[in-house]
Amino acid sequence: MERPTPTLDYRRKNKKRGGTSLWQDAFRRFIKNKYAILGLVILTFMILFAFIGPYFSPHQDVPDVTKANQPPSKEHWLGTDNLGRDVLLRLMLAGRISLTVGIAATLILLLIGVSLGAISGYYGGWVDVIIMRIADIIYAMPGLPILIVMGAIMSDLKIPPAHRIYYVMFILGIISWVGVARLVRSQILSLKEQEFMLATEVLGLRDSKKIIKHLFPNVLPTVIVAGTLGVASSIISESALSFLGLGVVPPTPSWGYMLSAANNMIDFAKRPWLWIPPGVAIMLTVLAINFVGDALRDAFDPRQKI
Amino acid sequence: MTQFIIRRLLQSIPTLIGASIIIFLIFALAPGDYVTRQFENPKMTPERMEQLRALYGLDKPLPERYLRWAGNMLRGEMGDSLMFKKPVISVINDFIWNSFLLGVAIMFFEWLIASIIGIYSAVRQYSVFDTIATLIIFMLYSLPSFFLGLVLLKFFAVDLRWFPVGGMITTGSNYTGWAYIMDVAKHMVLPVATLTLISVGGLSRYFRANMLEVIKQDYIRTARAKGLKERTVIFKHALRNALLPLITLFTLEIPSLFAGAMITERIYNWPGIGKVVLQAIYVRDYPLFLGYTMLITVLTILANILADVLYGIADPRVRLK
Repeated sequence: MERPTPTLDYRRKNKKRGGTSLWQDAFRRFIKNKYAILGLVILTFMILFAFIGPYFSPHQDVPDVTKANQPPSKEHWLGTDNLGRDVLLRLMLAGRISLTVGIAATLILLLIGVSLGAISGYYGGWVDVIIMRIADIIYAMPGLPILIVMGAIMSDLKIPPAHRIYYVMFILGIISWVGVARLVRSQILSLKEQEFMLATEVLGLRDSKKIIKHLFPNVLPTVIVAGTLGVASSIISESALSFLGLGVVPPTPSWGYMLSAANNMIDFAKRPWLWIPPGVAIMLTVLAINFVGDALRDAFDPRQKI
Repeated sequence: MTQFIIRRLLQSIPTLIGASIIIFLIFALAPGDYVTRQFENPKMTPERMEQLRALYGLDKPLPERYLRWAGNMLRGEMGDSLMFKKPVISVINDFIWNSFLLGVAIMFFEWLIASIIGIYSAVRQYSVFDTIATLIIFMLYSLPSFFLGLVLLKFFAVDLRWFPVGGMITTGSNYTGWAYIMDVAKHMVLPVATLTLISVGGLSRYFRANMLEVIKQDYIRTARAKGLKERTVIFKHALRNALLPLITLFTLEIPSLFAGAMITERIYNWPGIGKVVLQAIYVRDYPLFLGYTMLITVLTILANILADVLYGIADPRVRLK
């Protein structure tokens, strides 16, 4: 993509292209990316599948032992589980949980990461030292074991199953904010040195206004990209935790919990319809999110292609 | 350089202390301890439980327990594993090398495959190969490791019976020499394949991105203009510089050689440290968990310092201060 230069030629071109703000430019690059469109299509499908799909299902999510463990058939497209519930319907309902946890955990991690990173980068000094030290500490600790221990502690605290989902979101959020905080901090550090920040100084703006109105919009692209990819990794972490029986537990299934059917030797070997569909659902969703995230990164910053 | 290393080592002390406090607190503040977990039978009287707690040192106030634990840790004593009834260090030593074996094999294949795919798709950017490789890489990258592990296990071990369903050696066998090595290798195929496939995606993207960046530089054009063979340009001129940032990545991967893969080891019943620690979490064997976590934390911190030092040596443009 060619950089506009302030010449007559540029102005003419600019008129034809109609505005070249960062967002319009990024949007144009984004919709040209085939992977991005593919990702959006899959993602839209998965969201409709999870949130609208259950209304179209002829089945109810209630146990019916007379129909237990049926292989896929015309009536039950993905078969039934050991309590005779329709696996396809369970898959849709579980999708709600997995998607919600993924998005909510990411919002929490962004909230913590962006605010700590911004404070650290903007104020510097001892605040910066303390926040970055905490970041170093969390970065040095092995993530998965800590996550699993926290899951085990949830069981010890006898947290009711219906509430566990909120704790899982929160745990995922507080474990994974470090990367975002470091990114935001380094961006703020370099933005702080630019002239427009000197201008806000001259205008005598309040700190909160400087951060929210002038620094934040400039970090937003980074935050959007990190957030998108964060949803993907949160969904994977949640599924791993639930697979071990330490994340979201029944009665609310998540894809990871459905996959834990594979822990039973007979279900694993003889009834693949119980655990392969949720795995494929996780893969498709995460794949779509990664496509979108990758395309967003390219769209916002075409120089930095990974 | 020596000064840099010494300062970084000193700086990492507070990080280590902070990490040890957090790790200790996570476990100490949890309501269930080893005694309640292990002896959940109705015959257990409260008095006996208290005795056991005193025996394991679980009855003291938190700060005292932490200081005693940290002091022992500094002397290299990690205490006894409650589950195995022997020193944590010897438990770790028993299992970590099995994980290390997996780790080394995975690292070898990961870097081999990633470099081939990455370099080739950078040289032929937007070719059919590049497009297909990108698609496959993204799919692998998006798979949870345990799902891929389960699928491979079901397909290649349960259905096709090409590989054993789990473990490290065939039970009841007493192979020696070459036969033993082949037996272990056979058991390694599926776990190594799982973890390699999962990790190869990200790395080959890095290879590709670095190569693409380097290939656009002027000195590559100069090399081509001199009439050098394309092979020489790519491997001698471009690859060397593209590898620079990967030194950091490589060094940071070293701790994972020892960390083991909890879920994959569990799926394949591989007697590695990951599987054992997962079990330790389930039965609340906290000395083992603490010892393992601290070991990995120390290795991570050291690997970070090493990565900075190596990068400084490899790329003279970076100055260590």
